[in-house]
Amino acid sequence: MSIKKINYKGILAGLVLLAIWQGVSLVTPSYLFPPLQEIGVDLFYIISNGETLQHALTTMARILVGLVISFLIGTLLGLIMGMEDSINDIVRPVLSFIQGVPALSWVVIAVIWFQQVELRIFFIILITALPNFSFQAFDSYKAISKDLREMMLVFRPRSNQMFRMLIFPSIIPDLFTAWKVNLGNSTRVAIVAELVGATVGVGYQLSSAQSLFDLPMALAWTLVLVIFVIVMQIVLGRFENSLLSWRPKAER
Amino acid sequence: MTKDAIVFKNVCKEFSPGDFGVRDLDFQIKEGEMVAIVGKTGCGKSTAFNLLLGLTKPTSGQVKVDGLDPYQSFQEFKGKLGMVFQNDRLLPWRTALENAAIGLEVNGLKEKERNKIAMEWLERLGLSGWEDKFPHELSGGMKQRVSIARAFSVDPKIILCDESFSALDELTAIKLRKEFVHLIRENNKTGVFITHSIGEAIEMADRVLVYKKPGHVAKEITVPSEIDVKKMEELRKNILNGMDIA
Ligand SMILES: Nc1ncnc2c1ncn2[C@@H]1O[C@H](COP(=O)(O)OP(=O)(O)OP(=O)(O)O)[C@@H](O)[C@H]1O
Ligand SMILES: [Mg+2]
Repeated sequence: MSIKKINYKGILAGLVLLAIWQGVSLVTPSYLFPPLQEIGVDLFYIISNGETLQHALTTMARILVGLVISFLIGTLLGLIMGMEDSINDIVRPVLSFIQGVPALSWVVIAVIWFQQVELRIFFIILITALPNFSFQAFDSYKAISKDLREMMLVFRPRSNQMFRMLIFPSIIPDLFTAWKVNLGNSTRVAIVAELVGATVGVGYQLSSAQSLFDLPMALAWTLVLVIFVIVMQIVLGRFENSLLSWRPKAER
Repeated sequence: MTKDAIVFKNVCKEFSPGDFGVRDLDFQIKEGEMVAIVGKTGCGKSTAFNLLLGLTKPTSGQVKVDGLDPYQSFQEFKGKLGMVFQNDRLLPWRTALENAAIGLEVNGLKEKERNKIAMEWLERLGLSGWEDKFPHELSGGMKQRVSIARAFSVDPKIILCDESFSALDELTAIKLRKEFVHLIRENNKTGVFITHSIGEAIEMADRVLVYKKPGHVAKEITVPSEIDVKKMEELRKNILNGMDIA
């Protein structure tokens, strides 16, 4: 996806979907398919009202803090695994096991383990995102060209120079990929985590909308999340493009 | 009496049992000497360079460079070695200038200093105006020249070249060979280069090591300083002979 060019086809596809929704809303009860303007009003309320905005921002902050910390620890762990076979032998099965546990099971476990809501949500995001970051960093580390590594070694760099000059730039593209994948995952997981016990956050708002049978509100809250994920993807994409601007672009 | 810069004593490198990269490799190279290594493809020339650079551990035997084992005393060789690889091995995210300055950066030079030195080398290799280009924007020969600049810019005691001039056009190659010989002689550096061109070997080197599979020296030929066409033809035959006993 290029940044500059506006994706007219994508916009058209979106408009068609909205039109279909609106059409359906005209012939069905509005508690099943609320018309767009109702959802729009609720969405506007969410972002213009201080209290609801706080709920939205809290969820976003939880997701981002969880992701950043999972990223830092996970990537570090993955690199260590890549450098030390013995550590990889020990840690890999543990991470694979953790990754195999369904996110919903983690929610149940975390609810029992942690009284504190913030800690609980943080734990769930961490435990679901960290293995991804680790495995991605590991694979990426292992894929660093042997030729380039040898070229560097001739100059006898210190390990921090090796990291800064070769390892880090080599793994950056894969770290971005991991971020993009984890961003969507962690958003889903965070909402589920907020459904239980939280009194602030989008998950909490969704569950109260459900108990009130307020579908427009539930959809508006959902839209807030979708917009958050899309905006974050764009920010990541921009950041990636500026860091990796050296990359050759194929003309076709 | 000049010291030995490089000594290989019965060096073997076995990749897997029975699969030798080099076997009973024995040779010495004196400080300030210029030595060419010729041999058929796959006979272990690059492997010998990797041993010399301390990048691979010999299975048996002894490698000494400047009196030290380059694999064991790895860090002692900071700034001492320059290597031009068979392929350019540039970092794709760095410009020509930043690539040429890699060794200087490792040696801890400030950006301004290292860029100045690297730029001088790029200019010497005919790359002024190209310093801000990324590797994918350069031709194959240009990339190879950047990698030559990278090796020379750290001013190492020992410079190794693996088939480096063959990627260049004839004119640049001649210019560069002259420059290479000049630099080695001028600063009493030691130069070892692998080449597939017997002519290049005779033209540049004091001595030619003729390699034979699996990685040992079948013949050593000293090139006399005065050489005529007849003598040259004789040497060429001699070298070819050495390679063909395989
Ligand atoms: N890391 C390795 N593992 C296993 N075998 C290897 C390895 N590196 C080289 N070899 C083998 O060792 C032999 C010597 O390889 P080397 O690259 O040293 O040859 P060369 O003389 O440099 O050839 P060329 O002139 O084509 O560059 C080859 O048979 C090669 O397949
Ligand atoms: Mg080779």
